[in-house]
Amino acid sequence: MSNSSIDNTAGSQDNGLLAWIDARFPLSKLMREHATEYYAGKNFNVWYVFGVLAMVVLVIQLITGIFLTMNYKPSAAEAFASVEYIMRDVEWGWLIRYLHSTGASAFFIVVYLHMFRAMLYGSYKKPRELLWLIGMVIYVALMAEAFFGYLLPWGQMSYWGAQVIVSLFGALPVIGDPLVEWIRGDYNISDVTLNRFFALHVIAVPLALVMLVVMHILALHEVGSNNPDGIEIKENKGPDGIPVDGIAFHPYYTSKDLVAIIIFMIIFLGVVFFAPEMGGYFLEHANFEPANSLKTPEHIAPVWYFTPFYAILRAVPDKLGGVVLMGGAIVVLFLLPWIDRSKVKSIRYRGAGYKAALAVFAITFVILGFLGTQPPTTLYTLVSQICTALYFGFFIFLYVYSGTEQGKPVPERLTYHG
Amino acid sequence: MTRTHVFAVALSLSGALTGTVAFAAGVEAELEPARNDVADLASLQRGAANFTNYCMGCHSAKYVRYSRLQEDLVLTEEQVKQNLMPAAKKLDEMMTIAMPPADAQRWFGQQPPDLSLVVRSRGADWVYTFLKSFYLDERAATGVNNLVLPNASMPHVLWELQGLQAASFSDTVDQKTGATVSHFGEPQYFEEFTQVDAGTLSAEEYDQFVRDIVNFLDWTATPEQLERQALGIWVLLFLLVFLIFAYLLKVEIWKDVK
Repeated sequence: MSNSSIDNTAGSQDNGLLAWIDARFPLSKLMREHATEYYAGKNFNVWYVFGVLAMVVLVIQLITGIFLTMNYKPSAAEAFASVEYIMRDVEWGWLIRYLHSTGASAFFIVVYLHMFRAMLYGSYKKPRELLWLIGMVIYVALMAEAFFGYLLPWGQMSYWGAQVIVSLFGALPVIGDPLVEWIRGDYNISDVTLNRFFALHVIAVPLALVMLVVMHILALHEVGSNNPDGIEIKENKGPDGIPVDGIAFHPYYTSKDLVAIIIFMIIFLGVVFFAPEMGGYFLEHANFEPANSLKTPEHIAPVWYFTPFYAILRAVPDKLGGVVLMGGAIVVLFLLPWIDRSKVKSIRYRGAGYKAALAVFAITFVILGFLGTQPPTTLYTLVSQICTALYFGFFIFLYVYSGTEQGKPVPERLTYHG
Repeated sequence: MTRTHVFAVALSLSGALTGTVAFAAGVEAELEPARNDVADLASLQRGAANFTNYCMGCHSAKYVRYSRLQEDLVLTEEQVKQNLMPAAKKLDEMMTIAMPPADAQRWFGQQPPDLSLVVRSRGADWVYTFLKSFYLDERAATGVNNLVLPNASMPHVLWELQGLQAASFSDTVDQKTGATVSHFGEPQYFEEFTQVDAGTLSAEEYDQFVRDIVNFLDWTATPEQLERQALGIWVLLFLLVFLIFAYLLKVEIWKDVK
C-alpha cells in the first residue's frame, strides 16, 4: 500500500498494510484473542482434536456442496439423473460427490467423538453449560441438515427414509396429520417436498450451522478450554498474567492440530478413494435405485448416524411412545450439565461408578446404532428395549450417583509428561 | 418340456403376466462370487457386446454415454458404431432403448429396470448368480423361474447359450445350501440344478459369458473406479510425506513446552 506512511497510526513501521487494516478492522486484535494469545492447557490428548476436525469437515461440506449445487437439479423428475450426471459427466464430479457423501458420515463420527470427549472430561460443566447447549443445538441442526440432504439424491432410501421420518410427526395428537402435510407440502413425499428440502439443505440450515459454530467458538474462548484434568488453568496465572499451565493456541495447537488433520485426511480420503460406499453404510445400496412411490423397499433403514435413535423409536410398541422416547433421548442430552451434579470434571478423578456407567452408556449407544440398521426380530427388539432402558438409565443413575460421588483428589496443576 | 415349448411360452408372455407380477419377499438364495475384474479390458469389451446384443432389447443403461465406451473400453469410433450402437444413435447419446414404457408395462407387468447401476444396488455377485439361476417351471408364464428373484417376469434370454436346467426342491432345509425360496407362496428349499437341455456354450463358457456382462455392468455402475483408485494412491502418498514434515514441525515447535 502506497499510502501506508499516512496511516501508520498503530505504530507499525515495517508492516504498513497490517497497520492500515488494524486502524479500520480489529485483525491483529482478533488474531491475538483467538490464536496467539488464547491460552489452552498444555496437556490436550487425542480426544481434543475432534472439534477442529469437525470444522475441517464443515468446510469440506460447504465447498463441495457449492460445487454440487452447480449441477444438481432439485426436481423429482431430474434429481436422480442429475446426480449420475455429476458422477459421470462433470469434471471431477465423482470426487466432489464422494467427498460430500463421505463428509456427511465423517461429520457425525467426529461430532459423536467430540461429544463423548465432553462426557469424559466434564466439559459441559460450569462455566461451560452454555457452550454445551450451543453445541447441542449444532448437533440437532446437523441432524436436520443430514436428513434434508439425504432426500436430494432421490433414491429409494432417500424417498422411503424421508417418508418414515416425516410420518413420525403424525404420531403427535391432534396436530399430527396436518403437521406432516405441512412439512411435505403434499399428501406424500413429492417434488414439492424435494424442492423445500433442497432450500433448507443448501441455505437455511448451513447458514444457521455456520453462525452457531461461530457462537460455539466465541463461547469457548470466553470461558477457556477445558482439559483432560478438568482444572481451570485461569485460576493459576503467572506474574505476566498468563496461565502457568497454558500454551498459546498458535503456534502450539495449530501445529499439533495440523498433524491430526493430516491423519484424519488420510483415513477420510482412504474411504473417498477406495471405499466410498463403505459397505453400504455411507451410501446405501438401495439408494442407487431411483425413488419409486409405488414400491416400498423390503427393509427401510436410515443412515447409520440416525440408527441409535431409530432403534429407540422401534423399541417402543406404541408409535407416539416411540416418538416421545426418541425425542427424549436427544432432549436429555441438553440437560446433562444439570443432571451431572459432581463438582469434579474429569473422569480421571471421578468415582468408579461414573467410569463404569459411562462405559456402559457408550457401548449401549453403539449397540443401538447397530440394531437400528437391522430388520427387527424378536431378539433384536428385546435387546433394543434393554439398551433403551440402559440409555435413559445412565442419566437417572448419573443424577443420583453424582450427588454423593466419592472421587480422587483433583491436583492443583495439570499433569503433563513432556 | 421341450426347448421349443419353452420358447413358445416365452413368446406368449405378453398378456399373461399383466399386472400380476410381484417380487417375493424373504429370498435367501446363496450368491456365487462373480470374480470379475474391471481392469480386464478384453472382458469389458466382450461384456459390452454381450450386453448390447442380449440385454438391450429390453434393458437400458441410460446413464452411460456411447462415447464413454469408446474412451474407457479403448475402442475406435468405428468399433463402437458398428458393434455396439443402433444406426440411428449418435456417439454422444445415452444407451437408452426404444421400447415404449407403456408397452413394457403391458408385456412384462413392469418396465424392465435400467441396468446402469444394478451392480451398485444389487451387487456383482447377485447379477452373476441371477443370470445363472433360471430353471424350468411350468407354473411361470415364461416357462422359467429364477432362484435369486423368484417369480421374476424376465424370460431366460440366454437360454440358447446356457441350455435349460431343472431345479430340485425339498420341503426340508438342506443342510448344505440352506437356501430358501418361496415360489408362488409355497415355501421350498432349493437342493440343486440339473441340466435338462444342453446349450451352445459349455458350462465354463457360459460362466465367462455371464461374468463378462457382470463386469461390463460393474463398469457402468462406477465407471470412475479405476481412475479413482489409481489417483487415491498418489493422494495418500502425498499425505504421508506431508505428515512427516508436519510432525517434525510440531516436535520443533513443542520442544520448549515443559
